[in-house]
Amino acid sequence: MPFDELLTGTFVYLAAAVIAAPVFARLGLGSVLGYLVAGVVIGPSVLGLTGEGADVLHFAEFGVTVMLFLVGLELQPDKLWALRKSIFGLGSLQVVLTALVIGAAAMQFGLAWQGALVAGLALAMSSTAIVLQSLNERGLFNTSAGRSSFAVLLFQDVAIIPMLALLPLLAALPAPTEESAVFAALPAWGRAIVVLAVVAAIVLAGRYLMQPLFRWIAGTGIREVFVAFALLIVVGITLLMQEVGLSAALGTFLAGVVLADSEYRHELEMDLQPFKGLLLAVFFIAVGSGVDFALLARMPVALLVTVLGFMALKLAVLWLLAVVFRMPRADASRFSFSLAQGGEFAFVLVAFAHGLSLIGVDEAGLLVAAVAISMAVSPLLMLADDKLLQPRLAPREDKRAADEIDAQGTEVIIAGHGRFGMTIVRLLQANGRSTVVLDHDAEQIEALRRFGFRVYYGDATRLDLLEAAGAKDAKVFVLAIDDRDRALTIATSVLRHFPHLRVFARAFDRVHAYQLLNLGVHSVHREMFGTSVDVGREVLTTLGAHPFEAQRAAALFKAHDERVVRESAAHQLDQSKLIDISRQSRAEIAYVLAHDVGEAKRDADRAWDTPERDEA
Amino acid sequence: MRILVLFAHPRLRQSVVQRAMLAAIKGLDDVTIRDLYADYPDLMIDPRREQADLLGHDLLVLQHPLYWYSSPAIVKEWLDVVLEEGWAYGSGGDRLHGKFLLNAISTGGPQEAYHGKGRNRFPVRTLLAPFDQTAYLCGMGWLEPFVVHAGRKLDSAALSSRAERYRDLLVGLRDGRLDPHHHLAEGYTLPPSFPHATPQHADAV
Repeated sequence: MPFDELLTGTFVYLAAAVIAAPVFARLGLGSVLGYLVAGVVIGPSVLGLTGEGADVLHFAEFGVTVMLFLVGLELQPDKLWALRKSIFGLGSLQVVLTALVIGAAAMQFGLAWQGALVAGLALAMSSTAIVLQSLNERGLFNTSAGRSSFAVLLFQDVAIIPMLALLPLLAALPAPTEESAVFAALPAWGRAIVVLAVVAAIVLAGRYLMQPLFRWIAGTGIREVFVAFALLIVVGITLLMQEVGLSAALGTFLAGVVLADSEYRHELEMDLQPFKGLLLAVFFIAVGSGVDFALLARMPVALLVTVLGFMALKLAVLWLLAVVFRMPRADASRFSFSLAQGGEFAFVLVAFAHGLSLIGVDEAGLLVAAVAISMAVSPLLMLADDKLLQPRLAPREDKRAADEIDAQGTEVIIAGHGRFGMTIVRLLQANGRSTVVLDHDAEQIEALRRFGFRVYYGDATRLDLLEAAGAKDAKVFVLAIDDRDRALTIATSVLRHFPHLRVFARAFDRVHAYQLLNLGVHSVHREMFGTSVDVGREVLTTLGAHPFEAQRAAALFKAHDERVVRESAAHQLDQSKLIDISRQSRAEIAYVLAHDVGEAKRDADRAWDTPERDEA
Repeated sequence: MRILVLFAHPRLRQSVVQRAMLAAIKGLDDVTIRDLYADYPDLMIDPRREQADLLGHDLLVLQHPLYWYSSPAIVKEWLDVVLEEGWAYGSGGDRLHGKFLLNAISTGGPQEAYHGKGRNRFPVRTLLAPFDQTAYLCGMGWLEPFVVHAGRKLDSAALSSRAERYRDLLVGLRDGRLDPHHHLAEGYTLPPSFPHATPQHADAV
């Protein structure tokens, strides 16, 4: 593709995304539907701004791969293990039953059994991209319906592999293959060994190789290298999986799961999130623009019957399974409506089967169009379920929802784990308080994690990272980083976006303390102040003051000074706009010293200062 | 009559009786409750604040468990720091004249133990002599101590009835239904500095 054309294409896609997504999101219809409609509009049937959608679609499928990597990152191995029953029970039943029912129906319409089976299998697949995106967007991923849906999607990802392997057996022709010649030349047992070896390699590399690599890269402090490495992992695994004929999505998912325990998990998530989002947007737009309206015009009835028929059958099977698996009615409805559409794997299966002459051109076209249309209406179906069915089916008191939230129970988030934050964390931890620490010192993190601290690599200026650390449920945020300007930035955004958090901050000096106080930080502590007072107290003692007297003098001085800081913060507000920091500091010191003379005298410790008490 | 309750228990979570007493008087109008250990975890009591608070009330209640036949340390610290010479006693020290003091305490041992022939050898009244004399020196009326004995051995019904009696006492004094002059501690005579002319109106001059 020439560069000009690439730029034009990029422009069209991005413009479509930028216009459609916000509009649809505002209307409460969800971004997925927006992208799909945008695709239809710029596609050949309406404006004709795009060329062949297929290339773009292929490229954008990479977005699904990235998405599954991110999904994997969310799922620690033990969480995945907990899902095993849903994945293999619910998932396998869904694929097999749906394929049989739809296949049987297809035979009624005159397809040969091979063709009918292809249609059944292809239409049994649901769209990982649409379902996960929609569930996430509505915050339903961590509900039981969301997890059941995910389990089924995961099984479908696995099932595509044996399907692609079995279809050639139905055909007379040899299979066209994307696999490399070397791999294809191997005997069946050899392939099995290679596949197992690849999977094992991903797991082992994730466990033992990635951690030191991440640390090394994070240690360099070059941000884009970290992003590049994250992308490299996903692209590398995709290539590797294609080489051995496995689903790339499955491979990256596996890698994600392996890395889910890593302290770089949040950082990886943050770095890949935008890529995933953009690629998926392009993917949806491509699906939209691929809807073949010519076919729709040629055989509208057949297409309509196919779409309605397969979705109805799919919905029925899903609902039946939901009942068998004893989901509450609201969950059953959400689960069924979420998975009722066709998915991107259908395009792969249909193309493959068509290559094997298992189905004809018309059937293939019909299936592809039907799946694309079902994907396009699927957000509407979910919306209908949300707005019409859920209010009726959901139990009045929905206590389940609270249980579903990943109960990490974070009470305190501490940004910065250097000289300052460390002490705070240790004190809290020693008293059984649940803390999460964010830092960007790779070596520190490694050491701390060995002692069971929950430390994550990352930059607290990023809201998404804070959210991932549990800012929504936490009570306290401690700002302990050693960068005065960044501290102000973080304080501003935390106070604005998480107003329920009580913010404690480390200030560098008085002026910094004023700035933090004026931002609304609840509790500001100058980093050197406490220690300086301690030293002053010891000097007093050394000079002959009684230790207890010195202790009281120090405590009174501290209270006095802290009060002065709070009082002057307000009056500094105007000055700080005019005078540069250093001049401000000098003016401040003069102000403080002048204040000390009167105030400290008035506050002098008079306790026990009563010689004649006994005689009184 | 406005009442200031200074409450002192270093381990509130482990207390049974004090918590019940505290709960019984919580939220009453004209009854200010202060938790000394919460306000001054480092024992750095602020005398200015405490004195201002005293001026706004007519009856001071010191509510605490009996530790080693006396009060927890912070109450003693409070007396030491707040009742300054020239403010609470001595020349010009008339700010507390005409106010009342009540000790509301709980003991681990049963009432029989606090007796000349009992295990603790002294009646509670005698052990509280420092408070008696403090009130006297400051020109205050010292009320009959309110004591809950052996609180940990009480069942919940008995405990709540004691707590209710405590509340009734405070409410009665607050509303003027109980005359503090009729509730002075046994054997306590008002000091000459107590302004006898206006016994009902106890504001400092």
